[in-house]
Amino acid sequence: MEPITGIPAILAMLAKVVAIFTAVMIVVAYTTYAERRISAWIQDRSGPNRVGPFGLLQPIADGLKNILKEETMPATANLFWFVLGPMLTIIPALIAIAVVPFAAPLPTPWGVVDMVVADVPIGVLWVLAVSSLGVYGVVISGWASNNKYAFLGALRASAQLVSFEVALGLALIATLMLAGNVSLTEMVWQQQQLDWWYAFPLSLAFILFVIAAFAETNRLPFDMPEAESELVTGYHTEYSAMKFSMFFIAEYAHMMTASALMATLFLGGWDIPFATWDDAYYWQGQYISGFDEAGAPIAASLAVWKSLATYVVFSLKTGFFLFLYIWVRWTLPRFRYDQVMTLGWKVLLPVSLGYVMIVASAILVLDYLGVAYGFLFGLVLTVISGLCTIGFLFFLDRDRVIAGAAVPHRLDRPVRMPDTRVPDTAIQGD
Amino acid sequence: MGVQVKVMQRPEPGRTSYLRAALKGMALTFRHMVNPNKVTQQYPEEQTDLSPRWRGTHVMETHADGRPKCVACGLCPTVCPANCIRLVGGEDDNGNRYPIVYEIDEFRCIFCGMCQEVCPVEAIHVGQDFENAEYSRDRFVYDLDRLMEQDHPSTLLWDPSDPRSE
Repeated sequence: MEPITGIPAILAMLAKVVAIFTAVMIVVAYTTYAERRISAWIQDRSGPNRVGPFGLLQPIADGLKNILKEETMPATANLFWFVLGPMLTIIPALIAIAVVPFAAPLPTPWGVVDMVVADVPIGVLWVLAVSSLGVYGVVISGWASNNKYAFLGALRASAQLVSFEVALGLALIATLMLAGNVSLTEMVWQQQQLDWWYAFPLSLAFILFVIAAFAETNRLPFDMPEAESELVTGYHTEYSAMKFSMFFIAEYAHMMTASALMATLFLGGWDIPFATWDDAYYWQGQYISGFDEAGAPIAASLAVWKSLATYVVFSLKTGFFLFLYIWVRWTLPRFRYDQVMTLGWKVLLPVSLGYVMIVASAILVLDYLGVAYGFLFGLVLTVISGLCTIGFLFFLDRDRVIAGAAVPHRLDRPVRMPDTRVPDTAIQGD
Repeated sequence: MGVQVKVMQRPEPGRTSYLRAALKGMALTFRHMVNPNKVTQQYPEEQTDLSPRWRGTHVMETHADGRPKCVACGLCPTVCPANCIRLVGGEDDNGNRYPIVYEIDEFRCIFCGMCQEVCPVEAIHVGQDFENAEYSRDRFVYDLDRLMEQDHPSTLLWDPSDPRSE
């Protein structure tokens, strides 16, 4: 079976673009619904259940409401940048997902269609580059609003995104070293070949990546840029109607991109666990599902139902991370700003740097010993990473890094509470 | 007696596992999420049980022949702290006093229930009702006919021998 070429390839590309854009918008809409339903359930309420069966038409009602609402323009805002801000926020959020493969290649009468919008060789780098463009939208809209809270939110957003991008990138380096490539299609293939999803041999990178991804998407417990109790709603305080909605869509699209990315990088993307019949990769002019003992390629048998099954598995993995986002949001309280910065620069950065060194040495030693890239290779790395993860969690916990508000216990003297009792004599004097 | 300060006895931060606490929190929220017993009341279908002493919009009690029980004594506009009752009394041929105008501005009313308490003939009552939405503001000045038409139950007065209404 040959890859699709010519006019059908262009048509297939357009179809994929439309399908993915629609899917992302629908998933974003229903993630807001899921967020409201799940937060309600967590608080023993029932959530939106009035519009349509089980409230399933609620996102449509919300969208209609946002389009019909009045657009307010602050008199002192810089109009050009004020309008540009939401667009600059939403566009990177929507195009980052283009490089994520979402299913096994689909055989059609005209050839095999890769189930990824753009299988660019720079995969992961594209996601990093585009998603960090999102901070421009936040900063510009916060500045153009001419509102101190919006401005503070924008400042926090830029500081936080820059800080956690470092840890995010360093956590990624471990996966890139293990896969030996940055293309996401290749990453999925390498995880199928290793027989381990990277979440196990690179468990610490997985944890660091999840933490950094939470910070990158401005979700609780890291939602400093919009901390309601401190900054009204941060950078989008002055926005209303559809412009506010665009920030909302951007936040959820970022969440979805991050979830899809975590699923692809660490949970094997569309790979079905404990099965090899779904494996497929375009290798030297043919689709293969693996190599036999002698190293000769085994041709992959592609089928429409296999593509569908892998698509379902990919959706489940992405959905799991989306659920995790919502679940964590409604459980953990917000960090203090200095705690966020401490976590970013003093914990995640050195830990991820050290971990990259450990993984690099381990891979080097394993290669030197001639261990083949496969189950045993993954097992050794899993043990090493497991030890690193336990060490990291031990180091992070019990007030060694994350501290409560009470600081004086570190000094070797008792905490002096102010004596606020009113002496009896003072009352008798009245 | 001075002001008492309660100092919370917390474990030392160095002895507290934040990760374990976070995981316990996650488990707790998950348990609540799957818990089928939700506290939400599906309001229009499921009506709230109002207390018998709930004080809502007013009710004017009537005699069997449809006349209001009010004798236009003027006690309720006098006692009303919000000054929301307007009463113009008249006298018929038999010398019985009756209200010519009796209006209550429900927007000004603070629902203290003193009009009910002070009424010598148990005519005006506050009622057990809260569904009083209208499309225009002037509909909130209830005249005598409107007060007599109200069909919700009227509020029970506080009984000193049963202070908790049990």
